[in-house]
This record gives sequence, C-alpha cells and structure tokens, in this order.
Amino acid sequence: MAVASQLEGSLAVARTVARCRPQVICAYPITPQTHIVEALSRIVASGELAPCEFVNVESEFAAMSVAIGASATGARAYTATASQGLLYMAEALFNASGLGLPIVMTVANRAIGAPINIWNDHSDAMALRDCGWVQLYATSNQEAADMHVQAFRLAERCSLPVMVCMDGFVLTHAVEPVELPEQEPVDAYLPPFRPRQVLDPEDPVTMGALVGPEAYTEVRYLAHAKQGEALDEIPVLATDFAARFGRASGGLIETYRCEGADTVIVALGSVFGTLQELVDERRAQGARLGALAIKSFRPFPVGELRAALSSTRGVIVLERAFSVGVGGIVTGDVRAALAGVDVDTATVIAGLGGRAITRSSLHAMLDRHEQGALQPVHFLDLDIDLVERELARHRDGERGGPHAENILRELGIVAAGPV
Amino acid sequence: MSEVRYYQTGTFASGNRLLADEAASAQADPGRANAITKGHRACQGCGEALGARYALDAALAAAGGRVIAANATGCLEVFSTPFPESSWRLPWIHSLFANAPAVATGIAAALRAQGRTDIRVVGQGGDGGTVDIGLACLSGMFERGDDVLYLCYDNEAYMNTGVQRSAATPPAARTATTEPLPGHPGNAFGQGKNLPLIAMAHEIPYVATATVAELRDLERKVERAMELHGPRYIHVLVPCPLGWGSEPRETIEVARLAKETGLFPVFEAEGGEVTGVSPIRRLRPVEDYLRRQRRYAHLFADGTGAETIARLQRTADRNIERFGLLDGEHGSQRRPLLEVLAEADRGPQ
Repeated sequence: MAVASQLEGSLAVARTVARCRPQVICAYPITPQTHIVEALSRIVASGELAPCEFVNVESEFAAMSVAIGASATGARAYTATASQGLLYMAEALFNASGLGLPIVMTVANRAIGAPINIWNDHSDAMALRDCGWVQLYATSNQEAADMHVQAFRLAERCSLPVMVCMDGFVLTHAVEPVELPEQEPVDAYLPPFRPRQVLDPEDPVTMGALVGPEAYTEVRYLAHAKQGEALDEIPVLATDFAARFGRASGGLIETYRCEGADTVIVALGSVFGTLQELVDERRAQGARLGALAIKSFRPFPVGELRAALSSTRGVIVLERAFSVGVGGIVTGDVRAALAGVDVDTATVIAGLGGRAITRSSLHAMLDRHEQGALQPVHFLDLDIDLVERELARHRDGERGGPHAENILRELGIVAAGPV
Repeated sequence: MSEVRYYQTGTFASGNRLLADEAASAQADPGRANAITKGHRACQGCGEALGARYALDAALAAAGGRVIAANATGCLEVFSTPFPESSWRLPWIHSLFANAPAVATGIAAALRAQGRTDIRVVGQGGDGGTVDIGLACLSGMFERGDDVLYLCYDNEAYMNTGVQRSAATPPAARTATTEPLPGHPGNAFGQGKNLPLIAMAHEIPYVATATVAELRDLERKVERAMELHGPRYIHVLVPCPLGWGSEPRETIEVARLAKETGLFPVFEAEGGEVTGVSPIRRLRPVEDYLRRQRRYAHLFADGTGAETIARLQRTADRNIERFGLLDGEHGSQRRPLLEVLAEADRGPQ
C-alpha cells in the first residue's frame, strides 16, 4: 500500500516520471522547472533509472528537438520547461504534434516578459494553446504526479504529445503529502512504448516531408480528430488509474458542489483548492456557489462542461492569463460550450505574475457579482488609479519612461519615489 | 606490337574500372545504397544532390547500411520529399530549419538507450541551416560530444528561398539581398563565418572540407569520419547553377576552380589540428573562377571591378599561405590519391 510522504511538487513529479521509464530526458534549466530536471539528472546518474540518456542541451528549442529525434526513433522521451522556455520551443512544439510524436513535457507555468517575471500564471501554456499538444492542468501535487503516468499512456495511445501543466512555485515548490505511484502498478498501467512510426534501417520511412494544398487540410484535420480521440480516452484512463491506484486523478473536469448552484466559478490549476474553500464559506452563508476545474484544456471538454453548467445561471471564468485586446482565453471556449444555454458568463483575470489569489479578494469579487456590478472582464485586485496615472504621464510627455519602473516608483518599491 | 597503356585522365572521375578495389568509389559497387535515388526534383547540375548522394552512400557503405539521417529544411529536403514521393532509401526525418543537429542528437540518444549502437546517425543541411540558423544546435551537438556525423552542403546562399545572402556567401557575390550597386560590389568584405574553423575550435574528433569536384576525396573523408565516434563535421562545397549563375554542365569544373584558386581550402583536421590538405595541383587566378559565374558578372561589366577582384585574389593568397595549399606542408595521413591512381595506371596485376 502506498504511503504518502512530504514531498516538494517538483520532486514528486521527477520521481513519478522516472517510474514511467523514459529512455531519453533532455533538459534546459528555467525557473521554476529546475528542481524537476535536477532531480531527474540525479536519478539517471545514480543508475536508478536505466536505460536512460539524460541530455543537457543548449536551449529549450534544442530540448524539444532532441525529444523529437528520440521519440521518432522509438524512445519514450520527456522534457520540462516553463515560460520563455516554452515560447522558445514554440516552433518545435508544432512540429512534434504535426509529426504525431508522443512526447510528454511538464510545464511549470510561469508569466512571460516583458516585464520579466519568474512567478506563476498561465500566460506561457495559453500562448501555445493552438500548438496541437494535449494540455492537462493539475490542481494539486498529487494530481501533477499522477497525471504524468496518465500522460505517457495517453500520448502513446493517441500518438500525440502531452503537456502536463502545474503552477510554478505554487505547486512546483510546495511541500505537501504525495503518494508516489509505485513502480509495479505503473508498469502494469503503462506498457512499453510501441511507436506507430519509427526511424529504423530495417524498414526505412521518410518523416516530415512536404505536403501541399492537396492534402494539408486533411492532415491538419487528422490532428483535430486525434484530439477528439484523446477526449474519449482521458476519462477512460482516469477511471483505470483510479481502479489501479485507489485515488481519483485527472479526467476532463472536476466539479465541487455544483449541484443546485446558481453560480459556478470555472478555473484551471491549483487555484481550485482555494475555490473549494471559498465555495464552502459562501455556501455556509447561504449562497448557491460551486466550482469547476478544467483538467483537460486541449482537447476541450465541450460536452462535459455543457452538462455540468447548463442548469446554472452564472458562470465566472477565473483565468490566470488573458488575450490582450480582448480579455479571457478560456472564457471563449466556455461560452462556445454553452452556446444556446441561458447563462451569464463573466471573466475574472487573476493571479498574474504570481499575485496571490486570496479568498478575501474573491469574496469581494463575488459580492460585486451578486450586486450585478462585476465588469464583463474584471481584473482581480487591479490598482486602476495607478494605471490611470501612468497613462496620464505618457499622454503628457514624449518620454514617459519605462512603465514598469514608473509603477514601481509610485508604489515606493524604487527608493527614489515618484518622478 | 606496342604496349597498350591506359592513361588516368586526372579528372578523379568515379567508378574508374582501372582502380584497385580499395580505391574504388562506393558508386562503383552495384550494391550501392542509392541513399537518394532517382526521381528527385533538384535542378540540372545541382551540386548538393551530387554531394549528398556520394556522402550518404559512402556513409551507408561504411555502416553496413545502418544509418538514420536528420535533415534541415532547405533545397535538399524540398527537392527530395514532396509527399507521397521520397527519394530517400534510408530512414530519414525532417523536422525544422534550425534543429537538424539536435534531432540527430535525439536519435543518437535513443539508439544508445535502446542498445542499438550499430546504427549510425547523420545530420545534414545547407549552409543557411548550418552556418546561420542552425549554429546553436550544431555547436551544442559538438560540445556535448554527441555521436553524429554532420554534413553541410554549402552553396553559399539561401537558394531554396530564391538566392538570398547567408553567412557563407563570399564577398562580392551577387545575391537577391546583396545586389551590386554603385559603391556596393555585391556582398560585403570582412563578413561571414568559416564554419570548418569554428568546428575545429570545438576540438571535435574530425573536421573536413571537400568539394564535388573530388568525389572520391569526399567519400574517403566520409569513410574516415565513420571510423570515428563523437561529433564529426564535413563541409562540402556544392555549386548551385541557379544561384551562382554557372552552367549546369560546369558544376564540377566550377567546384574544382574554387579549390584550385585557393578560394576554398580543402583540408581535414582531427582533434582541432589540421592533419592534411589537398594541395592545389594547377594554381589558377581567381578571375578564372569568378568569370564562370554570373553572380560575379558585375566585376567584369566595366573596369571598376579590378580592385574587388584583387581583394578576392588576396583572400585566395592568404588561404594558400595559411593552409599550405601549394606545398602541402601538412602532408596527408592517408595515402595520397595520386599515388593510388599512379599504381592503378600500371594496370591490374
């Protein structure tokens, strides 16, 4: 029987990945992913994970490229990254999915610069929303660990690469009890990788050739169809996982007290824990609130969301990233899932660049929502006065200076104070 | 009755039936791999198609047919693989423009993990994919000591996109982005990268240059590279009739002139030290090379190109001195080709 032990999230993921027996691991360091690959380098060097090649590459672009070469040669391949690193491998991400290579990658979600910021939000993974990878979002370290076991099986079953997204620092650096999936059931759950296409001198194939307009649409549609297969596969894998490991992890969505709810807050990632406490507190005050975590953002669980949210009156989509010039990113997909259903949807942008999403801020936001005073796109804890002053400064002079510096001066964080 | 004598033509033509078996080209073997086979869509006179075939067939012969290739985006990739057709008869992958060396690293890592080290890995690309956009991945592959032979087919510009300048474009050459205009004689002097020397600075096991004019020299260098493990780099000059404005039938001759003028030094190095050069057999002025190519036509349009031609001659002179191209001062570790040919000239035993 597995025993929970106090583990840092990164270490739990690294040890679980090792039990999935990857044959090639490539890594380029970026905060807050570093602890994962550091731990894996030790596990490989010690011989605990063998045979496995650990390759220290010169960039994230190379990391994904090495994974592409390894996966195409029939090896189970893994890497991890975050933030700028994910963007730096953007071209290779599209390539890996286009080639149908079942690479698994941890994304320790982090903000994107400028201004450079090492803390958590979902701007990185959301920016690569359309790269053809499955995107799973873990709500806890236990789930982050478990999702990797499921991710390898899903990837190899569907010939699709899978990203397991876990909130940087919030999860990667948090120490909490985690039951590591044990080796024997992992081996039973995850059979050896049998590639659908492989570079082999015994049976030479040409991979990655040019495709013109006569077939490009069909090839791209196949990628869409494969994500559709993944949508069917994810709940099956989660059920099988629960049967073998004795705990629920993964799946497409998770609901918390949504039955009879007037309002449901929809979110991705670790904030789901905060939302559950918030729901309990509001319910205790008589409010009919529920929470819903989207575990699989790509493929997007349209049917499950529609079923879970159709009887509610209001949906608040809490997003840790946004599309500049429009607003929510997840919101658009949620609205599409609820097409024709009489539900009000609002977007709340929260937790950017590591700003804590506190229950008190969420209570204040919900109070406004109940009063009908919530903006359709609401930025949680935004200091709008500060923004107005900065806009005015730039209207006044030709050289207003860098925004980040001006705002830090206003806040008194830069010692010289406002200019 | 007079003795019948066979004369070596001196062209280094491959497949010469008079050669001893050990000196024969892989192309002379009826069981040759034909790594890149007929039906591809390279232009007439394409140096890259020729160089790639010889290099890969030699690699396959050396590895008993067990080679996997990773290819950068570029002419070689496009002309060989419009789906559903493929000219490749070995397992071959194209991923991106900049990552062929890293994909090759991944293949080599997978093979090591799988215990299939009898299979060898080749990465290849043009000068753009190697010297410019792929340099970071190539340098990383070199410094880690990954077991990959990388072949750069250098035609000195971005030919696949319509002849734009690369960091391998020589001074004064006309490209679509270095048009000769008054005061601007084509590509600037004092720019560009010498990738064989950059590769040598990594102190990798083997670095060599070659041209498609001396295909058996190219084959021997591939064979030598295949005897070694770790990162190996071969830089092959491959004339491009389209981009250079040369006659398709003169590809071999233009490549030979690049070497015989000293503009393209042909040498090899092990562990960062030059171990051998191919000496110039009949020194020619750079003008003989330049006049064959319309990319240099502006130098001869009126009298104003004389100074530019003189600068290019100084570049060649410096190469000749630096690499000892006239006296062959570095010698050759292997048996000189001319000696082999002379022996063959005496006829079969």
